[in-house]
Amino acid sequence: MKSEILKKLLLPIVVLFVIIQLWNGLAHIVENLPTPADTYVAAFGGVNSDGDELEGVLTDPFYVNNEDDKGLFWQVAESLKRVFGGFALAILIGVPFGLLIGMSKNAQYAFDPIIQILKPVSPLAWLPLFLLIFQDINFTAIATIFVTSIWPIIINTALGVKNVSEDYMNVAKVLRFTPMEQVFKIILPVAVPYMFTGMRLSLGIAWIVIVAAEMLTGGIGIGFWIWDEYNNLNYPNIIIGIIIVGVVGWILDMMMNQISNYFDYTNKGRA
Amino acid sequence: MNDKFLHLENIEKVFPIPGKDPYVAVTDVNLNIKENEIVSIIGHSGCGKSTLLNMISGLDAQTNGNIFLEDKEVKGPGPERAVVFQNHSLLPWLSVYQNIEMAVKKVMPELSSQELRERVEKFISMVNLDQAKDKLPDEISGGMKQRVGIARALSIKPKILLMDEPFGALDSLTRANLQEHLMRIQEKVKNTVIIITHDIDEAVLLSDRVIMMTNGPSATIGEILEVNLPRPRDRVALQHNPEYIRCREAVLSFLYEKFAKEDE
Repeated sequence: MKSEILKKLLLPIVVLFVIIQLWNGLAHIVENLPTPADTYVAAFGGVNSDGDELEGVLTDPFYVNNEDDKGLFWQVAESLKRVFGGFALAILIGVPFGLLIGMSKNAQYAFDPIIQILKPVSPLAWLPLFLLIFQDINFTAIATIFVTSIWPIIINTALGVKNVSEDYMNVAKVLRFTPMEQVFKIILPVAVPYMFTGMRLSLGIAWIVIVAAEMLTGGIGIGFWIWDEYNNLNYPNIIIGIIIVGVVGWILDMMMNQISNYFDYTNKGRA
Repeated sequence: MNDKFLHLENIEKVFPIPGKDPYVAVTDVNLNIKENEIVSIIGHSGCGKSTLLNMISGLDAQTNGNIFLEDKEVKGPGPERAVVFQNHSLLPWLSVYQNIEMAVKKVMPELSSQELRERVEKFISMVNLDQAKDKLPDEISGGMKQRVGIARALSIKPKILLMDEPFGALDSLTRANLQEHLMRIQEKVKNTVIIITHDIDEAVLLSDRVIMMTNGPSATIGEILEVNLPRPRDRVALQHNPEYIRCREAVLSFLYEKFAKEDE
């Protein structure tokens, strides 16, 4: 058991070490690719290989110079705000919609083709349209995240509803449950784990999409920051941005996982 | 005692099959069940016995004919005709207690929280599950689940208890155990019970009358056997009882001589 934990800690470190070595080797061959050492300096401050003394973007991630010049923390926070805004809106509309489609055959017939056509559209394709409509980058980003998040939520909620066994509905019929009681006492408990699977998927994609969306909208946000650093020729910061996006995405996924486990009745009493 | 407590009149069930002739599952079923009577319906698989029960419970509608319970026509499901489902149908996210509580709460909303708790606990005790009342269905055995199903059905004070092969999915020892449970409970609560079964011993042991169904399509009631055995009944002692042996043989001969089913 103990050696298991040790392996889980040690093996990734070994892999990380190998990757950094490979990266280092590659950086000496490929022009402009920052070395791991320069990237470290760019992140935490120090003197880089060109002899320049740097502050390090992670030494003070909370600084605010002006509206357009804020620390990394604020960039990430702004992106998260948009993601959660669009995500919350998608839950608000997607869950009832998914319940409807799951419960009514007619609703399924009516909406399924439209969902199937809109689902594979890259959320970024919507972005210019939203920009046109809202004339505001914040609303545009939130709306983009909304169309990203809503499909998995609708589809998984409907799937959850369809998984309600006939037997449970028979129990509800014998007890003469009202439609509302059927939804809250039978359908939702069954569908909730599916809904959370959909939400977890949605949030993951939303975090991926926000980076690209912000590169297009500009202004503030981690996506724009990465693009901006490219334009400013601060190449090590691109790699720092990538790592931050990855770590934040990982944390988001773990959070969703925890929440969905909490609401999943099949996990109760077994663990 | 009301001889026509439950009254089935010319019941027929036809399933339409697209592009083919409709399938007549059950036809011409006429049956009266007395109050407090225990009746089993036995037949080979496909004889429409479950279909018949579903029509009595209201979960399925008959194509023709009428069903009356205490002279009132039965339309749609309702708690006065409680069902014990074959696969127990407990809600897996609710504990044993909560599964029963949900039913009692819905059917008897007038109960105070104290009365509600007492009623739920009374029925948990009736099936000897006091130890398991806070467990989830997944944490208890199949036999225990079915006992919860019985407790839930009885807790809503049904006029008639409908059991659809209630012990069919259980091993024979557990099944015998549950039959004993059911008989003991029945001594106390004296319900009217209909049991669907394909087990001859179970039918004879538990029932006052055994309804034997002919084979489908167009299945109907073939014979009705009166089981004149005193209660309480003891399964071991019954093995040498002439009446028990006569009843067993009657059902056996009906199922395997008169209406033997091939390729099964």
